[in-house]
Amino acid sequence: MFDIPILRFGQTYESMEKQPVFHFDTGEAVAQLHQATGAMVKLDLKKAQKARDALRAIPISKLIEICKSAATMYLEETLPCGSGSLSPAEFCRLQSATTGLPENMCAANMRKNSFVLSHMDEVLDALTRGLPYEVLEKGYGKESRGVMVSYQATTPVFGMVLPNNSPGVHTLWLPAIPMQIGLCIKPGSQEFWTPYRITEAFFKAGLPREAISIYPGGHDVGGAVMTDCQRAMIFGGQTTVDQHAGNPKISVHGPGFSKIILGDDIVDHWEDYLDVMVDSVFANSGRSCINCSGIWASRHTREIADAIAQRLGPVVPLPPDDPKSSLAAFTTAGAAEAMNTQIDEGCRAEGVTEMTAKYRHGSRLEKRERCDYLRPTVIHCTGPDVPLANTEYMFPFVSVVECPQNKILGQIKQTLVGTALTNDPKFTQQLLDATNIDRLNIGTVKTVQLNWLQPHEGNIVDFLFRNRAFQDVPPAAH
Amino acid sequence: MIRPTASESPAVSQLAELAATAKSQLDAHTYETVQWHFHESTGSPFWLEKAKTYNFDPLKEVKCFDDLKKFPHFEDEWLRGGPINRWIPKGLAGKPAYVFETGGTTGIPKSRMVIEDHWIDYENFSDTLPDEYFPRGSNWLMLGPSGPRRLRLAVEHLAQYRGGICFCVDLDPRWVVKLLKKGKIKEAEDYKDHVIDQALTILSANHDVKCAFMTPKLLEALAMRLIDQGSSISESGIKGIFAGGTEFTPQWYRTCREELLGPDVYITPTYGNTLMGLACGKPYDPADNYKITYYAPQPRAVIETVEFKDYNQLVGYGQTGRVKLYTMTKELFIPGFMERDEGERELPHEKYPWDGISGTRPFHEYAKTTTVGVY
Repeated sequence: MFDIPILRFGQTYESMEKQPVFHFDTGEAVAQLHQATGAMVKLDLKKAQKARDALRAIPISKLIEICKSAATMYLEETLPCGSGSLSPAEFCRLQSATTGLPENMCAANMRKNSFVLSHMDEVLDALTRGLPYEVLEKGYGKESRGVMVSYQATTPVFGMVLPNNSPGVHTLWLPAIPMQIGLCIKPGSQEFWTPYRITEAFFKAGLPREAISIYPGGHDVGGAVMTDCQRAMIFGGQTTVDQHAGNPKISVHGPGFSKIILGDDIVDHWEDYLDVMVDSVFANSGRSCINCSGIWASRHTREIADAIAQRLGPVVPLPPDDPKSSLAAFTTAGAAEAMNTQIDEGCRAEGVTEMTAKYRHGSRLEKRERCDYLRPTVIHCTGPDVPLANTEYMFPFVSVVECPQNKILGQIKQTLVGTALTNDPKFTQQLLDATNIDRLNIGTVKTVQLNWLQPHEGNIVDFLFRNRAFQDVPPAAH
Repeated sequence: MIRPTASESPAVSQLAELAATAKSQLDAHTYETVQWHFHESTGSPFWLEKAKTYNFDPLKEVKCFDDLKKFPHFEDEWLRGGPINRWIPKGLAGKPAYVFETGGTTGIPKSRMVIEDHWIDYENFSDTLPDEYFPRGSNWLMLGPSGPRRLRLAVEHLAQYRGGICFCVDLDPRWVVKLLKKGKIKEAEDYKDHVIDQALTILSANHDVKCAFMTPKLLEALAMRLIDQGSSISESGIKGIFAGGTEFTPQWYRTCREELLGPDVYITPTYGNTLMGLACGKPYDPADNYKITYYAPQPRAVIETVEFKDYNQLVGYGQTGRVKLYTMTKELFIPGFMERDEGERELPHEKYPWDGISGTRPFHEYAKTTTVGVY
């Protein structure tokens, strides 16, 4: 069993409170996670500047090289993990064991995180819009066009309260390190593996240990990270989103409600886009905020829903080490059952039809001794106002909603990733103007196909730095 | 009960003797308490009425502590609503009485009538405080809930009993619970800052405050604020803190001793509630690895650790069970009340030769639905 201590800006700390972490299917205790306290976090954060100072002693170009080295180590090497060490395959096996995510998806998420690390120079160049590194290092400098700019760090460390649902979310905070901002991480109680592994890869690649803290723990730890870091990101449900909305110190990541919209100009050829729709719903077992949970069109919606249902309805849970395993287990007791009940209730409403039932040959909820599965579910909604028309669940679930094109943008509400399948210039302009869509894809881009050179729910550079005025000579007379 | 064997050390044998004596005292105290509360001339209207519903006569059939199991469990709902006077024993009629409340964020709070129990409890507790760190004659800071709370007056009395004066803050925990239930974390933090502001003002005003009661969260907040100001609890002049009111974990205790307070400030954990009074922590011993073990102020109150499925059955030493409280004072009789906490049963200690409890935390069946530790 792995014994995983707290990391306090590089120093390991053995807590007196340890939380066992169990295999979702066998019930075997596979790790024990040392538990931090809020007081510990708050005390450490009083010295957070040391993390930034240690990173600022290293040029950004060198930090990028460290990221690239770490990318390879994280993906390919055996690295320390608490009291032991893990090869990549062992890492995937354990990550799967505690999260319920199939091993092949754990490996895919590793590749995703590694890709971002290995392309960090391009990522930074894109997110900073080509800013010379010197500007971030010194705090000011001249752009290539000769204009003086200043970027002031808003925090010495980036706080984060991380989720369990998908290891892919870690891509979001990786650029902080090469921007010389330290990390104060509260990992998920089941998916703590990735932050620890990436950290070990960073250390092995030469990153100063005092740059990163990892505090597993309870709500008081999360609270301390959120209140005492000058900038922090948190993942949670809609309640969390509402709670932190408008707080400039907090970057909140909630349900994505990501969608595919078929324009009137192409919807008669919807079969051409079936793969885009199916993959957007199904990839990563539907666990991500970038998975498509709504498909909106003005006509053919029942046929679209039926076609997706034919593809996804027969999918069954497989053992987590099966390379073809495509469904993740629900490891929190009662969670799958609660969702299943909600969906059943929604399906009893007029205008709502479950399309997958006839292709599934079994019930949606599969209960096991220690975990549950929810099998893919496709719902047809006759309009945007019926229940389940704007819903997201953490499994392959999608509502196909019939709605006139001119009403769609007013009805879809907040949408993290919106893929619009249209060639209509007027509709395209309306989509570009729609402020309720965060990441906009126009064309055959699956909602899960993120380009890491694009910002995600706000630009991390703008979050961690303040672009402010700076002058070292008087302006020209005027 | 602990029984010495031939091979046991003198210390163990001595502890067993102490435990036996304590058990005898408890039995005698139980008998006297029941006689008082159920006698027509001295008992409270509540218990005299209740006795009529029992199939046994408490006056004749309760002769020792174990006989208390004849009573049905005390239901704390009985404490909601009035008239409060039904709790006043006839033998104490006419004395000035207080009412202390628990809960009450919504609905009618539970109320306990008190005459002098809070004074007696805290005078007994005072005997456990080391004078080196709680100097007699020095003034106190009460950094905890105010209003209709027992703590506020009890700590004030403790200060007075030890020859000092107690400075208090305004703190309404019901308001904090309301904020948290509405998800208004920022407002709750602002309220905490408001409370700490009051404490800092007192500490900065040259009142010779050397002792304090603090809840763990407020202690933490005060220490953090002082660190931010380049100071510390120690530099503020405080030498001794007794802490309680909310959950107190070993790791928090360790962080507190090692990192928040340092070696010059003494902290003693306590466990209690409005019904029972105050249980003391076993003196800090590095060998305990920061385990916190509480002992009830027997014979006035008793803590048992009982099976989750049979509240009349003690768990084994070191085993986990639910906390069952008994209160047996002239003012209040509670023959077995199921507290909303659980913990591990601990062996008697030479200073407290009766069962203790460690690892107290919210009872696991309630833990997910209860808002705990708000102040």
